[in-house]
Amino acid sequence: MIEIKDIKKSFGGVMILKGISTVFETGKTNLIIGQSGSGKTVLLKSLLGIHTPESGKICFDGRVYSELEPDEKRELRTEIGMVFQGSALFDSMTVEENVAFPLKMFTNDNKAKIKERVDFVLERVALTDAHNKLPSQISGGMQKRVAIARAIVNKPKYLFCDEPNSGLDPNTAILIDNLIKEITEEYDITTVINTHDMNSVMEIGERILFLKDGLKAWEGTKEEIFRTDNQAVVDFVYSSNLFKKVREAYLKE
Amino acid sequence: MLIRYITQIGRYCLMLREIFIKQTKWSVMKKLIFKEIDDLIIDSLGIVAFISFFVGGVVAIQTALNLTNPLIPKYLIGFATRQSVILEFAPTFISVIMAGKMGSFITSSIGTMRVTEQIDALEVMGVNSLNYLVFPKIIALLLYPFVIGISMFLGILGGWMAGVYGGFTSSAEFINGAQMDFIPFHIVYAFLKTLIFAMLLATIPSFHGYYMKGGALEVGKASTVSFVWTSVSIILFNYILTQLLLGS
Repeated sequence: MIEIKDIKKSFGGVMILKGISTVFETGKTNLIIGQSGSGKTVLLKSLLGIHTPESGKICFDGRVYSELEPDEKRELRTEIGMVFQGSALFDSMTVEENVAFPLKMFTNDNKAKIKERVDFVLERVALTDAHNKLPSQISGGMQKRVAIARAIVNKPKYLFCDEPNSGLDPNTAILIDNLIKEITEEYDITTVINTHDMNSVMEIGERILFLKDGLKAWEGTKEEIFRTDNQAVVDFVYSSNLFKKVREAYLKE
Repeated sequence: MLIRYITQIGRYCLMLREIFIKQTKWSVMKKLIFKEIDDLIIDSLGIVAFISFFVGGVVAIQTALNLTNPLIPKYLIGFATRQSVILEFAPTFISVIMAGKMGSFITSSIGTMRVTEQIDALEVMGVNSLNYLVFPKIIALLLYPFVIGISMFLGILGGWMAGVYGGFTSSAEFINGAQMDFIPFHIVYAFLKTLIFAMLLATIPSFHGYYMKGGALEVGKASTVSFVWTSVSIILFNYILTQLLLGS
């Protein structure tokens, strides 16, 4: 479980996060949604320790990140898996080397054991024939799957995904969404996904946090988002006719 | 402006400290060092050899053409070539050239990693990205004096060939001049300079790549800025070291 309390962060005098508190639950896919510029990415990067909040606390299962020693912070980071928006695979390494990287860095496993684990996770993300290819030789969807494999290979406790299906075709996007949800349940990890894709909200959103202008404007479950009368959420989520109709159909039921 | 420069220098010093804490596992580091030796040292040998040979030749020809007084002995061609190549051309000017070749490679490769969030990926995993990216370059560049040694040899060889086959001097005279009044400390001085320049070549371009912000265009700009600052630092340190080691 990740608990954040009154997180504030500004850049160049402009307050981006204006005091956000919430809880991301273990074993669930926690989604952060909101318009561009609402503070989603800054919040995610603050959770990852890439940005340091000016005030507030981030607790990883009771461990307050800002109170940890540098070594403890690095130790905690080894428990984190991250899927970046652009996949962030290492260009000079093959798919297999990319996935094996966290194991080589943080375990004392021998080559055979690392190979076994890499094969297992690549199979888990349905990529069995790309071991020796470079990231530049595979498609965007495959790169995302490699990124997921790399993120889960060291059995993380926390999985963060920044726009995991941006730039993907609808079929691949659904496949990636479902893969993340399955992995979250399978490994019982705390997953936080930053997205503005409403398909993802409908498909895998178990807990949803809606940000507006750096503030928590709403939070709830996928079912609750259909019934909410919060105008900001309604304007954002049901901006397309398709989702308006989906909502109407749901409410009729 | 001044405050900005001081801030950058402070940031650079903090980066140097960060490089040496929280070391990457040796089994991983070993491979990175060999890769950097290949990228930075081996890949530079061709261009260094080419430039050194021909510039050595030009130094010999220019010296010969300027010795118009028949009272000045021809062996000075060998002497001047040796002194120019060992004291300045090989350690300093090859380093300035390498600031362009190695420096832009280092800045653009690290800068691209920054732009594509690969450095963020390393940090999020708990890897000390500065140690992972810069430390192997520093270790690889400990072999840089080897490159400069080759440059010295080929520079003098180029001078000998241009001098002898160009008809400016005889082989015996050139070799006599090249051996005359040889001060072994000049070699020590040249290699000490080279080691300092190697440290600058590894760290200044890394600094500009690591802390760059923006996209592909900024990677190009960072490479240019990195070349300028690495060259300026090499020239400044060259002056300071020459004053300290030979001036007193």
